[in-house]
Amino acid sequence: MLAKGLAQIGACGLFLVQILRALPRSLRYLRETVRQVFFVGAMSLTIIMICGLFVGMVLGLQLYHTLSIFGGTAALGTVVALSLYRELGPVVTALLFAGRAGTSITAEIGLMRATDQLDAMEMMAVDPLAYVVAPRFLAGVIAMPLLACVFNALGIFGAHLVGVNWLGLDSGTFWSNMTSGVDVWTDVMNGVWKSAVFGAVCTLIATFQGYTTPPTSEGVAYATTRTVVFSSIATLAIDFVMTAFLM
Amino acid sequence: MAQRHSFQVGTGLFILLGFAALAYLATQTTSLANYRQGPSYDIVARFTNIGQLKLRAPVKVAGVRVGSVAGIALEPDKLDARVTLSIDDRYDKIPDDSSASIFTSGLLGDQYVALQPGGSPTNFKGGDEVVLTQSSMQLEELIGKYLVGGDAAKPKSPDAAASGDKKE
Amino acid sequence: MRAFPAVRGSGKVADPDESDSMNVATGQQDEILIRIRGLHTVLNGKTIFDGVDLDIPRGRVTGIMGPSGTGKTTLLRHITGQLAPDAGEILVAGKSVWKLDREALFELREKIGYLFQNSALLTDFSVFENVAFPLRQHMKLPEELVRNIVFTKLQAVGLRGAAQLMPSELSGGMIRRVALARAIVRDPMLIIYDEPFVGLDPIALNQIVKLIRTLNDTLRVTAILVAHEFSAVRRVADHIHLLAGGKIVADGAPETLARGATPWTRQFFSGEADGPVPFHYPAPDYARQLGLSA
Ligand SMILES: Nc1ncnc2c1ncn2[C@@H]1O[C@H](COP(=O)(O)OP(=O)(O)OP(=O)(O)O)[C@@H](O)[C@H]1O
Ligand SMILES: [Mg+2]
Repeated sequence: MLAKGLAQIGACGLFLVQILRALPRSLRYLRETVRQVFFVGAMSLTIIMICGLFVGMVLGLQLYHTLSIFGGTAALGTVVALSLYRELGPVVTALLFAGRAGTSITAEIGLMRATDQLDAMEMMAVDPLAYVVAPRFLAGVIAMPLLACVFNALGIFGAHLVGVNWLGLDSGTFWSNMTSGVDVWTDVMNGVWKSAVFGAVCTLIATFQGYTTPPTSEGVAYATTRTVVFSSIATLAIDFVMTAFLM
Repeated sequence: MAQRHSFQVGTGLFILLGFAALAYLATQTTSLANYRQGPSYDIVARFTNIGQLKLRAPVKVAGVRVGSVAGIALEPDKLDARVTLSIDDRYDKIPDDSSASIFTSGLLGDQYVALQPGGSPTNFKGGDEVVLTQSSMQLEELIGKYLVGGDAAKPKSPDAAASGDKKE
Repeated sequence: MRAFPAVRGSGKVADPDESDSMNVATGQQDEILIRIRGLHTVLNGKTIFDGVDLDIPRGRVTGIMGPSGTGKTTLLRHITGQLAPDAGEILVAGKSVWKLDREALFELREKIGYLFQNSALLTDFSVFENVAFPLRQHMKLPEELVRNIVFTKLQAVGLRGAAQLMPSELSGGMIRRVALARAIVRDPMLIIYDEPFVGLDPIALNQIVKLIRTLNDTLRVTAILVAHEFSAVRRVADHIHLLAGGKIVADGAPETLARGATPWTRQFFSGEADGPVPFHYPAPDYARQLGLSA
């Protein structure tokens, strides 16, 4: 079990090396990358926006009550913004991404494998790593931070909705505390780097699972499940490591 | 071909939206928002202790933001903190005998400089100094003074002062 | 109709000597394009090839026939460098396929048209884009020219009207024909057909047979034809190899083979269940598996 897991991680690492090697060649397929940014990014917007809004509203509600115990509701904006930018935005976006875009990448590539489309590309002298995998990988790295930013913006909006419009916190206090407590580089941009890493990890896992799936419908089904499970675990584990050692 | 085109437009819109969100977060919800926007004038205030006051912290009159902290420095001879307050030009009717205090927003919030308007007929202009100032109230000192008793405050305060100095 | 060898995309200009050896059909009838020696392959513990020697001459249509599951598709995968054999040598245009690096292998494949047994159309693309795919990937041609080439090929397989349909909207026989159009769209000098006649009605079959013959007659295209329909194969193939039990068991011109000189050919072409060619996949005793034995 452990050996199998390690072997999977090793194979995944080798796959990453292959993707990185294929990246320069995939620049010829820029149009394909653009198409994939649309599929993994733009098509995930709805779920990201809705979830961002609700996460922000819940944060606003919970933190308002917790902070009011200490008479610190003025800090609501700061606390919501910090928890969104540093942790919840990147992590929740990555989890949603794994469920929404990761699974469709795995299923798509897995079916291409099962129906010999990848072999057909090879026979037409088109490298599937450069034409199919690398553009999706790039698209994930590009789309994830943008999605996380949209998620965060909606989250702030949701918290403002609950804290200010509903619970009656002063709007000026909400904003001015936030603006003095949040820093561009250590908070906003750190979250952006984090989500770029999550984007790389999630799409790496999704493409790897699809590319190496057994060419059966059961194989594709399992691979899709593994994408969600492994992406979620990897996201949270890497989040901890990055938070503990890098930030 | 038309299909391809719509992907490109969609991708473009998505990237635009993403960067708009990033720009919004970066400029409107962080300390970047406190950078002075329009023209402003600087006045100076000296405090014996500024606590956790940070650069770009807001300056408020009656709770309304009128400017921000533009500089914090230690006066070499007097060992006072010299804080430069950058006030927006449109607030040019602040009496020059107003006093400045460092307050904390809420119990746990960040610190800001509050100006209490005085009664002088002349107003602050660039380069003026605020004469009346009240330093930051240190939570540790307060606790020391009122809750634990006077003695406990003694060993605490050099620490607090030291940390305040380090922040300069 | 020959493609435009000079307009090759992304600086992939073929070495002139090599492209000569690959592209120009010489008068010599028996020049060997593909030479296979001592091929051994074991898949999942089952021996597929047990010492296959095979020569495929340039400019001819070579038929490969044999019972289902003997490894015809596997042989084609060896030749095109998709699957490594366990032992043996495969020379294509004088080069060992399994010693080529990726670049060289891809350069070789650009000159090969390959019709997959299960078509393997790209499901994301319309019929038109599927056929145009090899052109778009490797040649920077003006859109006008791409259209003309694609419609010419689609016309040849009778599907010009279906250009805008998606693969999921096609019937099995139509899919075969689109895959065929894609295989020949770049006018390759070697075309490999893995069962091109599957699912075709008599009219379409006749047209495809004619198409294969025309490509060979007019352009001297080398072709490898794997098919089960002997009546169709005998009309196009110059030479047929019969593959069974991991070996080439018979070969010769279609008419010679049809006369059934050996037990292998006699059985295969008359379709009898009993004989040297096994009809059954290796299995334990039938009666015992049904639980009938004492
Ligand atoms: N990936 C694989 N792994 C293990 N065994 C395989 C694999 N692919 C094919 N085989 C086995 O190899 C043998 C030959 O398969 P192949 O597809 O080459 O047959 P074929 O001659 O093309 O048959 P058909 O005429 O039905 O297409 C079969 O017995 C099959 O079980
Ligand atoms: Mg086959």
